[in-house]
Amino acid sequence: MGIAGTAPRPRGPAAPLDVGSIRKDFPILSMRVGGKPLVYLDNAATGQRPSVVIEAVRRSMAEQNANVHRGVHYLSEQATLAFDAVREQARAFLNAPATHEVLFVRGTTEGINLVAQSYGRSTLKPGDEILLTTMEHHSNIVPWQIVAGQTGAVVRAIPINDAGEVDLDAYRTLLSARTKIVGVVHISNALGTINPVAEMTRLAHEVGAVVVVDGAQAVPHTAVDVQALGCDFYASSGHKMFGPTGVGLLWGRTELLEAMPPWQGGGDMIHTVSFAGTTFAPLPAKFEAGTPAIAEVIGLGAAIRYLQGIGFDAIGAWERELLTRATQLVQAVPGIRLVGTAREKAGVLSFTLEGIHPHDLGTILDAEGVAIRAGHHCAQPVMQRFGVHATARASFAFYNTFDDIDALVRGLHRAREVFA
Amino acid sequence: MSRDLDELYQSVILDHNKTPRNFHELPPPASHADGHNPLCGDRLTVWVDVEGDTVKEVAFLGNGCAISQASASLMTAAVKGKSRAEAIALADEFQKLVTGKLEGAAERKALGKLQALAGVSEYPVRVKCASLAWHTLKAALAGAPAEPITTE
Repeated sequence: MGIAGTAPRPRGPAAPLDVGSIRKDFPILSMRVGGKPLVYLDNAATGQRPSVVIEAVRRSMAEQNANVHRGVHYLSEQATLAFDAVREQARAFLNAPATHEVLFVRGTTEGINLVAQSYGRSTLKPGDEILLTTMEHHSNIVPWQIVAGQTGAVVRAIPINDAGEVDLDAYRTLLSARTKIVGVVHISNALGTINPVAEMTRLAHEVGAVVVVDGAQAVPHTAVDVQALGCDFYASSGHKMFGPTGVGLLWGRTELLEAMPPWQGGGDMIHTVSFAGTTFAPLPAKFEAGTPAIAEVIGLGAAIRYLQGIGFDAIGAWERELLTRATQLVQAVPGIRLVGTAREKAGVLSFTLEGIHPHDLGTILDAEGVAIRAGHHCAQPVMQRFGVHATARASFAFYNTFDDIDALVRGLHRAREVFA
Repeated sequence: MSRDLDELYQSVILDHNKTPRNFHELPPPASHADGHNPLCGDRLTVWVDVEGDTVKEVAFLGNGCAISQASASLMTAAVKGKSRAEAIALADEFQKLVTGKLEGAAERKALGKLQALAGVSEYPVRVKCASLAWHTLKAALAGAPAEPITTE
């Protein structure tokens, strides 16, 4: 569908998604909640884990457990091989130019904090500007406010329009020689908007700014190609893409990562240590102090393999069908206001229902077995922009079905009855 | 485990949500405090006008879910005319009610209309919605702090 920077990659013959068989890959999807089948529509908060991921984590702990990059014994060698292999998998997954540019972090939040505290803190000067879109998650706002406080730099917001799209004219006006960093969310967790990251990056580069992309919501839904996007840093989380919690990826350009000071000191990130001074390890170890989340990284490798096995063309096509149907049916419920109606949109449906607070809606839907998110979605500036305190949010993954959407809509009608 | 929605959303709660009582400011010298649930964004302000030792007027303004609005509204009606100590004791009893720690039928009955919120105890994540108003009331009775009261 022509999302810049998400060009399809070569893969096997396109096949439509067999959702019924895919659902069997996820043990949790067959559970019942309060006697009703679970309808999981909170995928933007976290994805569910397929058996292959659960098994990879179990196997790593049961059969392969040792510290990595340290021992000369058999188990350590096995663990190190399995761990290191995921870095190359992740490189291919993001189409990054070099394996050493892929850093394992705790998640998107830690990735952005690393960039803010290492790149930002070492380069920003008083009066420099950091531009962030109004639809950023708090994790792509607060780290920049902290580093701005430390350096005297200034954070400025790029406005969004009533549909929840970046105002590109306003963005062009805000860009100047003072702009040093642009932060943009690839896909908004609160609105579903797919941002024109490639175009925004091109404009930022014209004034010499680096671009930091929050890719947490993009990696589960679309093939990410950091070279096509042209950005400088790309952060994501394992658990949003059906892998474990506690692990994520930060990709950065070699020349930037090499020039950046270490962020955390400790084991594994050094070359030699003496009390006279320490020299640091080359990439990627320089940014990976301490024992990493070994089993989780290996689980993430299984998630990447699983996603590639299905293919993002099939995933994207099915999720677009889900979004189209959900939008039609939910919009038809009296009193619904959709929040976020961008032309380029991923499987997120954020809305309010007149006279019913989103938290009450969440509780009533839960009684129907339907799990959604209610609240500000860690994006309070978005709530302020749309003049709401909170929204209800249904977010889809490729294992969701039309039945799930019907259950959501039934729940909305039930809520209207309760509050009639 | 089956939780009954009708038990949570009783008609008295829906009524107080739709038309909250004492939903306005109080002029000075009434003291007030702000309450905030940072997880869900609920905010409310509670005003108390205490004369001698008697809570003469209570009022609130705010935005939140039906549970938080109804709880605040029912609270204003329940503490009006009580002494400070009685109001604080009622707040403690109410906290026991919504966390399922109120054992005796007599204690329950003493809470009067507030019993409508007993269903909250079946929904651990919603307890904060119900208790926000009461935490804020206690702060207002103690004299407004500089920082909003939070449920965290």
